[in-house]
Amino acid sequence: MADDYTAIHVHKKVQSITFQSFSPKMIKKIAVAKVVTPELYDKEGYPVDGGLMDIRLGVIDPGLNCKTCGSRLKECQGHFGYIELARPVIHINFVAHILAALRTTCRECGRLLLKQAKINKLLEELKQTEKEDGLDAKRAKIKAIITSARNTTSCPHCKTRQQKITLEKPTTFLENEKRVNPIEIRSRLEKIPDEDISLIGLESEFIRPEWMILTVMLIPPVTMRPSITLETGERSEDDLTHKLGDIVRINQRLFENINAGAPEIIVEDLWDLLQYHVTTFFDNAVAQLPPARHRSGQPLKTISERLKSKEGRIRHNLAGKRTNFSSRTVISPDPRIGMNEVGVPKIVAQKITIPETVTKWNMDYIKEFIERGAENYPGSNYIIRPDGKRKRITDETKEQLLEELQPGYVVERHLMDGDVAIFNRQPSLHKMSMMCHRVKVLPGRTFRINPAVCHPYNADFDGDEMNLHVPQTEEARAEAEILMEVQTQIISPRYGLSVIGCIQDAISGNYVLTKFIDLPRKEAAELLYSAGIDDFSKLGTKKILNGREIFSSILPEDLDFEGKAKDGTPVVIKKGKLVEGVIDDNAFGSEKALLFRRIHKKYGKDFTLKLMEQVSLLGIETLLKYGLSSGLSDIDMPKEATEKIEETLTKAKQATEDLIKQFRDGELEILPGRSMEETLELKIMEVLNKARNETGNIAQEYAKVSATTIMARSGARGGPLNMAQMAACVGQQAMRGKRIGKGYKGRTLSCFKEKDLSAEARGFVENSFKKGLTPAEFFFGSITGRDSLMDTALRTPKSGYLYRRLANAMQDLKVEYDGTIRDSAKKVVQFKYGEDGIDVSRSENGTINIKQIIQDVVEG
Amino acid sequence: MQELKKEYKDLLPEKIIQEIEDSLPEKVSKTQLKEIFKRVLEEYENSQVDPGESVGLIAAESIGEPGTQMTLNTFHFAGVAEMNVTTGLPRIIEIVDGREKIKTPMMEIFLQKPYSEGEKIKELAMKIKSTLLEDLAKEFSINIGELTIELQLDREVIKQVGIREETIQKTISQGVKSITIKKTEDGFIIRPRAKGNESLNELYKLKEKLRALFITGIKNIQQVLPVKRKGEWIIVTSGTNLKDVMKLKEIDPTRTISNDIKEIRKVLGVEAARQSIINEVYKVIEDQGLNINVRHIMMVSDTMCMTGEVKGITRYGIVGEKASVLARASFETPIKHLLNAAIQGEEDHLISVIENVMLNQPVPTGTGLPTLKMKR
Repeated sequence: MADDYTAIHVHKKVQSITFQSFSPKMIKKIAVAKVVTPELYDKEGYPVDGGLMDIRLGVIDPGLNCKTCGSRLKECQGHFGYIELARPVIHINFVAHILAALRTTCRECGRLLLKQAKINKLLEELKQTEKEDGLDAKRAKIKAIITSARNTTSCPHCKTRQQKITLEKPTTFLENEKRVNPIEIRSRLEKIPDEDISLIGLESEFIRPEWMILTVMLIPPVTMRPSITLETGERSEDDLTHKLGDIVRINQRLFENINAGAPEIIVEDLWDLLQYHVTTFFDNAVAQLPPARHRSGQPLKTISERLKSKEGRIRHNLAGKRTNFSSRTVISPDPRIGMNEVGVPKIVAQKITIPETVTKWNMDYIKEFIERGAENYPGSNYIIRPDGKRKRITDETKEQLLEELQPGYVVERHLMDGDVAIFNRQPSLHKMSMMCHRVKVLPGRTFRINPAVCHPYNADFDGDEMNLHVPQTEEARAEAEILMEVQTQIISPRYGLSVIGCIQDAISGNYVLTKFIDLPRKEAAELLYSAGIDDFSKLGTKKILNGREIFSSILPEDLDFEGKAKDGTPVVIKKGKLVEGVIDDNAFGSEKALLFRRIHKKYGKDFTLKLMEQVSLLGIETLLKYGLSSGLSDIDMPKEATEKIEETLTKAKQATEDLIKQFRDGELEILPGRSMEETLELKIMEVLNKARNETGNIAQEYAKVSATTIMARSGARGGPLNMAQMAACVGQQAMRGKRIGKGYKGRTLSCFKEKDLSAEARGFVENSFKKGLTPAEFFFGSITGRDSLMDTALRTPKSGYLYRRLANAMQDLKVEYDGTIRDSAKKVVQFKYGEDGIDVSRSENGTINIKQIIQDVVEG
Repeated sequence: MQELKKEYKDLLPEKIIQEIEDSLPEKVSKTQLKEIFKRVLEEYENSQVDPGESVGLIAAESIGEPGTQMTLNTFHFAGVAEMNVTTGLPRIIEIVDGREKIKTPMMEIFLQKPYSEGEKIKELAMKIKSTLLEDLAKEFSINIGELTIELQLDREVIKQVGIREETIQKTISQGVKSITIKKTEDGFIIRPRAKGNESLNELYKLKEKLRALFITGIKNIQQVLPVKRKGEWIIVTSGTNLKDVMKLKEIDPTRTISNDIKEIRKVLGVEAARQSIINEVYKVIEDQGLNINVRHIMMVSDTMCMTGEVKGITRYGIVGEKASVLARASFETPIKHLLNAAIQGEEDHLISVIENVMLNQPVPTGTGLPTLKMKR
């Protein structure tokens, strides 16, 4: 019985793909119909026999049966047809190869223009290079052969003098300025013997040169170019069908004219027209030809355009896939769900299902889901019989399906708490952009995530949307759980530190707790409890506890750590107790949390995740209970500070004036390799930047403890620069890395004098945000804003392309079982990963902490 | 210690053994030492990469993801306020492209002893700098009446460069054909050898030619700047000529470098080029305040230098050389690749990732690597 419901998984179906070209014979063989008329439908709207929509070529109408294979819509993948061309026509994509073939072979005997001995030798050599250095080396060699052969003036085999052959783009070949028609070209190419063509890059096994001139043309099946029926009942044909219609029409006319014995000029004109249509059928973006257009004027999308570029078949449909069992909605924060959880709205959970195979052991459990049906949560939507038939569970079918249910059936039940799901936010720039979360079904209509995992996704909650995918097989679920779950991604393979960490209020909360707060034991216990900690044994018996002691109660007992806080003061944890220092961004934030890495290494990923949740809740709860609000008065400066700031600014402005004076008098010392103007600019920039930094330092010095300083000092949000800009001086505004200089002739704004180089006339903002900006200063600020906006807009596609190239070049490098890094052709790239085989995410940024080990051993 | 070193020689990389030796405290018992080695080995083995790990893609992600955070500002100051150097994203793109000509070629020339302490550094710098006739002249003028070019020399500069005026005269007469040169009080008078029909236009062209005439120094070095770095004088140049600079006796050839990777490949070989790609990329990344582990940059560098030549990551370089047709077609210019495959009868063995994605088959990395066969 076991065999009955073991799914059969074929590991690989396709071993390899060989590419080759169709011969005219082959085309006639695989074609099921010859297309002879440009008409598509008869009066009743039924496809015409021998037309382009012939039902032998496949079906696109529901209800009709394919005349070739007898199957219906969607079952029949379509069949090729062909057209017999009245006159041969050049295939646009092979023009370069035809030219090479004509130039390198004799116009009389068709042999390659090299001596027989040399041909034999080269053949041998080519075989050798292909075997040793691969196809690329061979291609380079062939190129060299072509150039050497085309310069021969007389054939070494039959002594005929060779003529100069040129190509008049796109498809006209000239011999001594006289046109050679495709019939002539074709007959010449026919003469080239099989042995010779491999020297010009064609393999006789797969192609003959004359096949590059079309005499019959393959018509793609209708399934490849379906027509759409508009609401008005009118049919709108596909671009390819339009183009093929043109080809067939002109081809028929050409036939008729030839048979009627029309004058040569008319035949030639029609022939050229046929050539044009065939060319644009393959490629509608040939440089020298006007693209074929719709009646509306928009260019047709023909075969090349269908394959090419990002929206083409290859990148859009083959390399990119669509999937079922996925969902997308807005995200919002919920600090109270776990970091490896995702809150899924109930309506989503009722749509997305998980297939559950019925066995005799879970029969009763699964029956409950069927009983609840699709409307009630947690219910089920479909039943799949062993033969693959799907049945929807409704109130009517419920009873019967319950009766029918037996082992081997599959029931698609609703998503439930604890199921695994892959969560993703675009742009998916690194592997942490797709992580596996546990489902938590919640009311509402948004996905909920813990704010601590925002960083790896680079998400915020200003309207971001994210995608959820639910794996449908056991293998996929296992891989997602073991390789992709949030806790496995804590340490980044990029720099070996955590990508996940407390953010914003969680950080400032812990900072406030460990720095300022003393609490009676009872309140401390309450605080801890609200953060989800119910083990108070570490709190001790003291009546009044300080913040560090409260914080310590969530640390494991055997943790030792010595590090530095953001302001450089030491942080010491001994035996699980925070003895000294404060907890800030450096301890628990993302990207730099050394304490975190230590814990991760010592106690493992699951513990770390839990601890992180607790720490972040503790911070948030602290702020909830004891408050942290900022206001304008946060950045009030005492009189002394304001005076100092003003003094610094006046000095800086004076220094600038002095520099300008020196410049005007020509006394400025020029920096090597610079002009006088550049030197002045550099020096002024230096002076002004120094002044701004100085004022910032003064502001820092005099700032009293307030919510704003707490945020900046703990690393939760904002930094010294933001503080300085609010309290002291906004500073120099820059565009393209220089002071602002453009605008009116010789000045930035009409309120300044011409050639005014002073600080305030070139975008130095001396006011602070609090004091308020003058109109001119405000304007300069907006220039900087626009400049940075432009920078971002230009950078994104550039770095995107760089990334795409890197990823494409390196996607198949992997670690082999012998520890070497090889590409897909098994060529060695590195003998050992990073020279020592250490995985960044499993070590301390790619190194082993030897000092720590020695210390541990020596100290016992 | 020696015994243990021998024992662990094949188990641990040299670098780690060395580090253990360096960081040992003075008093260690033998058992402690044994324990240390044991633990380091354990740690080392635990931190090894898994077979099948897609390290290439991780490296690409590690560089591509922070790419969005890099500045686009082309010019930045590389320690010296006077020198412009390409940094940030444009520099990384330039390196990865494997360009033949880079935007701001630069050299850092380290010096041998008396010079590295600042002695005679100005003279040495002038010796390295390529001097054009233009640099030595105070004035260049055309005498329309006489149809001659009058050149006034700048004696001060000549003294700095340390070149004799006769030598200049000789170089000029050797460098430009069919002229006569006459020395005057403060310069030269240059007259095109009379053919009788010189136009002013031709004279003007001659003047431009004379201006750019190379007199002395090292070619391509447009600017020199002695800088003190870490208590040592070095010369930073704009423009590179590694081969000729290395020939100088006064410099330290073991540390002198250029930032032109293709040049390093030609002069010093692939290994040097590989290292210099790593150094250059890493410098930019550090400069931008980003944090990327070196092994990712190494991976990029190794991919580029795998064949023994420095190849860019472009459709003409690494990506265009992939074995698989579909992998190439999925990158850029699909039509060209498919066509070439068709006329050569190329076979795609579906060995890399993207083809298998196209065909909905398991990819040969990670969990797709083991090919386990089981009897039913």
